[in-house]
Amino acid sequence: MRVDPTTGEAVPLPAAPQGTQGRWKDAAGERLRLFVYVARGSTTTMLAMAMATLFVLVAILGPAILPFDPLASNPQAALQPPSADHWFGTDNLGRDVFSRVLAATRLDLGIAFGAVALSFVFGSLIGALSGYFGGWVDAVFGRLIDVIMAFPLFVLAMGIVAAAGNTVENIVYATAIINLPFYARIVRSEIAIRREAGFVQAARLSGNGDLRIIAVHLFPNVLPPLMVQLSLNLGWAMLNAAGLSFIGLGVRPPTPEWGIMVAEGSNFIISGEWWLALFPGATLMLAVFTFNLLGDGLRDLVDPRQRT
Amino acid sequence: MSRISLVAGRIALSLPTIFGVIVISFLLTRALPGDPAAYFAGPTATPESIAEIRHSLGLDRSLPVQFLAYLQDLATGDLGRSISTGQSVLSDLLTRLPASLELTFLALLISLLVAIPAGILAATRPDGIVDQATRFLVTAGVSLPTFFTGLLLLFIFYFKLGWAPSPLGRLDILYLPPPQLTGFYLVDSLLAGDFETFRAALAQLALPAITLALFTMAPIARMTRAAMIAALGSEYIRTARAAGLSRRKVLFVYALRNALLPVVTTLGMVFSFALGANVLVEKVFAWPGIGSYAVDALISSDYAAVQGFVLTMALLFVTLNLLIDILYTLLDPRIAHES
Amino acid sequence: MNDVPLLQIDDLAVTFETRGGKVEAVRNVSFQLKKGEALAIVGESGSGKSVTSYATMRILDRNGTVAGGRITFGGMDLTTASEAAMSDLRGRELSMIFQDPRSALNPIRTVGRQIEDVLLRHSQATRHDMRAKAIEMLRKVKIARPEERYHAYPFELSGGMCQRVVIAIALACDPQLLIADEPTTGLDVTTQKAVMDLADDLRRQSNLSLLLITHDLGLAATYCDRIVVMERGRIVEAAEARTLFAAPRHPYTRRLIAAMPRRSAGLRDLLPPGDTKRAPPTRPAIAAEPLLVVDKLTKTFGPKLGLPGRLFGKSEAPAPAVDRLSFILHRGESLGLVGESGCGKSTTSSMIMRLLDPTAGQIVFHGERIDQIPRARFASSPLRARMQMVFQDHTASLNPRFTARRSIADPILRLGRRRDRRSLDQRVAELAEKVSLPPELLDRFPHQLSGGQKARVGIARAIALSPDLLILDEPTAALDVSVQAVVLNLLADLRAEMGLSYLFISHDLEVVRLLCDRVIVMRAGVMVEEGLTGEVLTHPRADYTRELIDAIPSIEPDSALPNAPVTDDPAAGVPAAPVR
Repeated sequence: MRVDPTTGEAVPLPAAPQGTQGRWKDAAGERLRLFVYVARGSTTTMLAMAMATLFVLVAILGPAILPFDPLASNPQAALQPPSADHWFGTDNLGRDVFSRVLAATRLDLGIAFGAVALSFVFGSLIGALSGYFGGWVDAVFGRLIDVIMAFPLFVLAMGIVAAAGNTVENIVYATAIINLPFYARIVRSEIAIRREAGFVQAARLSGNGDLRIIAVHLFPNVLPPLMVQLSLNLGWAMLNAAGLSFIGLGVRPPTPEWGIMVAEGSNFIISGEWWLALFPGATLMLAVFTFNLLGDGLRDLVDPRQRT
Repeated sequence: MSRISLVAGRIALSLPTIFGVIVISFLLTRALPGDPAAYFAGPTATPESIAEIRHSLGLDRSLPVQFLAYLQDLATGDLGRSISTGQSVLSDLLTRLPASLELTFLALLISLLVAIPAGILAATRPDGIVDQATRFLVTAGVSLPTFFTGLLLLFIFYFKLGWAPSPLGRLDILYLPPPQLTGFYLVDSLLAGDFETFRAALAQLALPAITLALFTMAPIARMTRAAMIAALGSEYIRTARAAGLSRRKVLFVYALRNALLPVVTTLGMVFSFALGANVLVEKVFAWPGIGSYAVDALISSDYAAVQGFVLTMALLFVTLNLLIDILYTLLDPRIAHES
Repeated sequence: MNDVPLLQIDDLAVTFETRGGKVEAVRNVSFQLKKGEALAIVGESGSGKSVTSYATMRILDRNGTVAGGRITFGGMDLTTASEAAMSDLRGRELSMIFQDPRSALNPIRTVGRQIEDVLLRHSQATRHDMRAKAIEMLRKVKIARPEERYHAYPFELSGGMCQRVVIAIALACDPQLLIADEPTTGLDVTTQKAVMDLADDLRRQSNLSLLLITHDLGLAATYCDRIVVMERGRIVEAAEARTLFAAPRHPYTRRLIAAMPRRSAGLRDLLPPGDTKRAPPTRPAIAAEPLLVVDKLTKTFGPKLGLPGRLFGKSEAPAPAVDRLSFILHRGESLGLVGESGCGKSTTSSMIMRLLDPTAGQIVFHGERIDQIPRARFASSPLRARMQMVFQDHTASLNPRFTARRSIADPILRLGRRRDRRSLDQRVAELAEKVSLPPELLDRFPHQLSGGQKARVGIARAIALSPDLLILDEPTAALDVSVQAVVLNLLADLRAEMGLSYLFISHDLEVVRLLCDRVIVMRAGVMVEEGLTGEVLTHPRADYTRELIDAIPSIEPDSALPNAPVTDDPAAGVPAAPVR
């Protein structure tokens, strides 16, 4: 039992699953219960979860909830400060900044999720094979990862997009490539330390083949630290993608995107029209902050001792 | 194994990485969208002039031959010619590099001076007020898009308060650059005994350096805290306490020296962050370093300049990582044993 | 000896603030320790014995507090002393040494400097003579070549040497009381004896008081005058060592003493007094035909060199971890493989289980050369199901994400005949019953099970396919003695019931004696002695075996042991098969 700091109530520790139904699948149920239990214990994590849900909802609903067309210009209403009509004001072409910020959510989150998903899949695969088999597999992949890591990552992304072509897909690929090493390294080390663990030896004695051991016995044990990385990485991927657009790569005007909106708005700061850059920038920051907080919360969940 | 041969080993180990970096940067050069020759020839080119440029660039030869030519060019320091400045890319980069390095190093210095004490303080009282505050600020810091923080600081300190000078370069036009020795204005002006110029240079540097520092503090503070907590919880600290050693000695000689090892390792990642964010910060503050040079080159499709920049950054980063590695080797006696 | 106690603890209570609320770790603890006396606090894990010693030193973790009682040392109440005063006392008046000596030393500071730190702190040396004094301390703890070792880092020293350095740090300022918290756990028995003998000598030389915290009754009996027994935070009994073993009063003490493997006890004697199982376990008939033949088995690990090492270093062929080991295991037989750490016993078991490829030699199982079957193919070979293993670390050997049920079912699903859910459930329940695991625990995850319960899950999994050969790799080393007693009995019963053959790997000769017909003693990869267990233990031929036997701390002084050691079944039924 522990005391919930928010309500002062005693919260029972997650108990062993009761009853006999679904015996074989109860691991997932238990994890969910544990998650809810930890989330209840930490207000920050709960808040982060709520905000992350909100961002995802906005991204999914997208065009359906916009008060104005994000692309429709209206020279009469150019550069208006925030008001009841235009919560975030209007830009130099009279477009509603609030609508543009909302519309950009889908693109920014989409780029980040796409890139992170790609690096998660390929990074885990590379890491799992290197960690489990070691030897030349590890040497080859290890060199590859080393070379990627030998570049300052944002600079490498710049180089890739510049070379491969200035498109949104290339932003996704470039961001995926610079994120890949993190997943590969985590999975590699987590699997390598467990490769000779007792339960893996036992699995071998029970007749499990190598691939089955990796997929069924090892990978689920690596998932918790990976999920933490995933969440922290989403924020970082967003920063990178927005940074690339900020310097004129990837997304092009008039498409609404947070980085490019800050870049466009920066020209108006000197003349006092701060809202053009502030709102998209603050939204980007909030989104990144949300996913970082969520990652921190997940880290507590995974291992309270590792909390940093 | 002696430490000298260890260091030699580290240097030898970085050679394949440097080779890999050169290969990747060669591939990036080849992978230019469409036809590189057409890009180099410019918009008014005729098919003949493109073919001529293709030949002069050696693009009509096989890849291995091109790679050898590329290596040869690198060996002679030939990174091509920038379209926008008309200068050789190498000399462009060399004139701008000190500005970037000065900014990056000052930012790292600020961030180390703030983050390490904060991490130590947070670790001595885990979950205390300092810890909570550090944790929050550090998470906020790493969530800041540097280009946005830079703009925000400019808006407040330059536009609203007028405390900062206008963000136009390394020195206000009223001042002359100090005689060049290191290329770092702060150091050079001090060496020349010119405190007026020193102050002016510092004023220009302050905002961009703080912007960059805010971003790089997070990983250092996090790692310091985690490593200190791990060190303080370790059994040798218990032994030291049981032997009655003073709190000071336990904290700084026993715990901190052990905790700094993982912090040194994270410095590599921090440099990677810093060099990347450097590009954005230079763009925001119109800082005449290699980052803003690369951004300008990107906009004008000046690919030789961009590729030269990527390669320079990578080589710089490999060198920094090598220095970190050597530092670690010298700090941790166990390394010699493991090899 | 003076009659005023050096250390007096009255009604001590310690509580810990945990996620689950306040936990009382120690309560109503009172005892005293005279100058020059050696007192042991004995108990199993969770008994509060270490907490008591930490409270005395005032080095409890941040979440622990002394909730009541007094700790008086030389007339001073330590519970109310200022932190500055405590810090002056620690290392000068009361010192402490710990379990796992290697991690008890600062890894990046030379051992000489670490001793000097203490000397300087308590003004026992100046910058000029500290080096000489540190070297003198190293000499005092019998470290050879002290001038050289002064510059050594902990990782350059063996575990036993590290413990000597820790002792040197503790005794550098000539304290009055030494608290030793499980000082030899994790060290080999011969090293344990050397370290404890040294500490004992130094104690007698300077009339030092010793408070020994240990789980090992034998160690307590050998080195201490009086013994305090703790269970779940309380003292259950305190007496002179001799009285305690001759006439234990408290039932817990009786149980603890009974559970200790010792020369005069058979397997059933270890069980708690109330246990109904008294008849010695029957043992399967030992067939004349061999089940497993190991011939000149050798394993040499390649030198571990990084690229720079390979480029610049000289490579020397390392000594083999296992060197031309040969033995035969008969069907139904239980064979012990004994040795200290690094002797190659675990490498041997890994090779037999085909988890590791041998460098040379043959392994014949069921008449087939299994060393020639590639590892990957052996995973699905029918022979794989015929040999299984129980691991030392029960926690690590269970997948943290699998329930007990799934862990036990895994080999049946992979190697057994295809079974429907119902018969699978039935089989798992059957196995649980066999190892006396309550069925309601089957749906728990490893972290929700106790050490003994995890051991049972591991055993159930190993016997799930009814193998012929079970390799037991130190199956009870990580368990408390009382749990060990039960698990050893369970293993003996299973063997009888299922006609299993055991290859029992252990560092503990007493445990081997209880469970094995024959024993092989290994040292540095080589077999030094082999024979019937009873014979080897009573009349060891090799010096090393004798050394091993002598190093086992015993609660039975040799003089008090007129009768010969007992084994359950004195060598009956073992065929006079050729052994090599």
